Amino acid sequence: MGTITLDKVTKSFGAVQVIPPLDLTIGDGEFVVFVGPSGCGKSTLLRLIAGLEDVTSGEIRIDGRNATETPPAKRGLAMVFQSYALYPHMSVRKNIAFPLRMAGMDKAEQDRRIEAAAKVLNLSDYLDRRPGQLSGGQRQRVAIGRAIVREPAAFLFDEPLSNLDAALRVNMRLEISELHNTLETTMIYVTHDQVEAMTMADKIVVLRAGNIEQVGSPLELYRNPRNVFVAGFIGSPKMNLIDGAEAAKHDAKTIGVRPEHMSISTTDGQWRGVVGVSEHLGSDTFLHVHDTGLADTLTVRCDGEIGVHHGDAVYLTPQPDKIHRFDEAGLRL
Amino acid sequence: MATQHSRAAARLMISPAVILLLLWMIVPLTLTLYFSTLRYNLLMPGANPFVGFENYSYFFTDPAFTTALLNTLLLVGGVLVITVCGGIALALLLDQEMWGQGIVRLLVIAPFFVMPTVSALVWKNMFMDPVNGLFGYLARAFGAQPFEWLTAAPLLSIIFIVSWQWLPFATLILLTAIQSLSSEQLEAAEMDGARFGSKFLWIILPHLARAITVVILIQTIFLLSIFAEILVTTGGGPGVASTNLTYLVYIQSLLQFDVGLGSAGGVVAIILANIVAIFLMRMIGKNLDA
Ligand SMILES: Nc1ncnc2c1ncn2[C@@H]1O[C@H](COP(=O)(O)OP(=O)(O)O)[C@@H](O)[C@H]1O
Ligand SMILES: [Mg+2]
Repeated sequence: MGTITLDKVTKSFGAVQVIPPLDLTIGDGEFVVFVGPSGCGKSTLLRLIAGLEDVTSGEIRIDGRNATETPPAKRGLAMVFQSYALYPHMSVRKNIAFPLRMAGMDKAEQDRRIEAAAKVLNLSDYLDRRPGQLSGGQRQRVAIGRAIVREPAAFLFDEPLSNLDAALRVNMRLEISELHNTLETTMIYVTHDQVEAMTMADKIVVLRAGNIEQVGSPLELYRNPRNVFVAGFIGSPKMNLIDGAEAAKHDAKTIGVRPEHMSISTTDGQWRGVVGVSEHLGSDTFLHVHDTGLADTLTVRCDGEIGVHHGDAVYLTPQPDKIHRFDEAGLRL
Repeated sequence: MATQHSRAAARLMISPAVILLLLWMIVPLTLTLYFSTLRYNLLMPGANPFVGFENYSYFFTDPAFTTALLNTLLLVGGVLVITVCGGIALALLLDQEMWGQGIVRLLVIAPFFVMPTVSALVWKNMFMDPVNGLFGYLARAFGAQPFEWLTAAPLLSIIFIVSWQWLPFATLILLTAIQSLSSEQLEAAEMDGARFGSKFLWIILPHLARAITVVILIQTIFLLSIFAEILVTTGGGPGVASTNLTYLVYIQSLLQFDVGLGSAGGVVAIILANIVAIFLMRMIGKNLDA
């Protein structure tokens, strides 16, 4: 079981309110990702759930029971820290065993759980090494191992992949998703990387300055962003946002078109511009188009083999049913 | 220092300092070794004949020698135990957020800045003196007989005085070590269900191992040669109850004007210091690797 409910939770550091009143329900077995720019309060929110910070007001319920005053160890949650926070003077085995030893579990059961976790995480050959002798990815797995053996009600991850290189990050992303499918335990995952959020989450919570901007499945957020902030944050490359006369034609303050929802032509189309930088990914090319008179730069996704060059004139045409419209307050129309 | 050229240059440039240090060490050491083989008493002028190991055999057979050796080890060991344990406790306390943190830290460090002779005299006259001292006053206030610290427990008194002087040093080093412990590690331990005792035993103490090693090594070097505190408080007495090796060397070379015997004692003290250092390095020096 692992249902977590936040009820009007707030958090202030001194006079600064980092989390304004916030309500959120996380269902059993869900993979929830908190995503938002740096400093928006994701870690603070996670630490409130973990019990490492006291809430200023409001209530946290875990499996229906009020856990607001419960100390971290009693909440039945396991946390994986950004720096891994492994105990450097203990072997991998001792690291993983630590929570079990603290719980006073008998030795045979400890060993059984450690072996099982090591097998899942491919750590069996490293159990007698110190954390200092492991690579970044292996350390990450030890930290996850230490969390798994406790069989917690929910896992909390705070930007666990930000210290890894790009290739390893993709790998670990898959492993964590795989782990979630195997364990079917609630996971709360904090990241500032919207790609991680999109690829891993069942449910994404977009935060800005401690406020929840939108909650929904990755595709819901992609299709129907509730406001300009979410529209700009979710999706890669970012949605093109256009103000002014062109937006007024659609009865909106701002309109948004994703790079993948525009067609490009060298002969005719709705908006004329000049090609700037092109980013070739092989399968796709992202063109940055300038001098359209609409926005500084419009980004457009086109075929990998497209034959346009820096300085060429091109014409862009948005797909009419894929234009997002936003009002004065930035809310979706 | 990658290239051969830069390494040679580096050697050339540090050589004056190294040579100066070597001379600084070698000259007095050689002179001491040389004097220790002479019959050389300032009260008996004249020839100073070479006598081989005679001075050493006198020194070793001196009835005060074993007591002095034991006292030296007790003094070093006692002060180490008190300063390391006390230092850890104080460092843990000072690490807490509290009002007036800066002033409290300054006060804790203060004893280190007091000269050994002065602090020993302050302890002797203002605290431990049975008539004028604070401890005697307190004892009388409770209707008890004042305890004659310096005559009844001279070595223990000196251990207390020296510990008081060295506690700030240990506290300071251990405090910086505690502050370098990542808070995430403590939080991880807390989530893993560790209470304060387990956190201290399994996380904080192993983290402090290296700092404790440094404290023990540095203090041992200085504590083996404690002198001023003994001179101004007990004068090594009663009898030789609080005489350590350094003080014994002083008694023999300066009070008895016997340079040869004193030098032999000095050499013995050097050898003892090295034996202790080797043992310490063996036991705890591995904490300094890695
Ligand atoms: N212990 C603290 N004391 C004061 N301010 C803090 C503390 N921890 C975090 N903050 C502030 O709270 C805000 C949110 O921080 P954090 O939750 O770490 O952001 P994120 O993880 O989203 O990058 C930041 O503005 C930060 O300065
Ligand atoms: Mg953070």
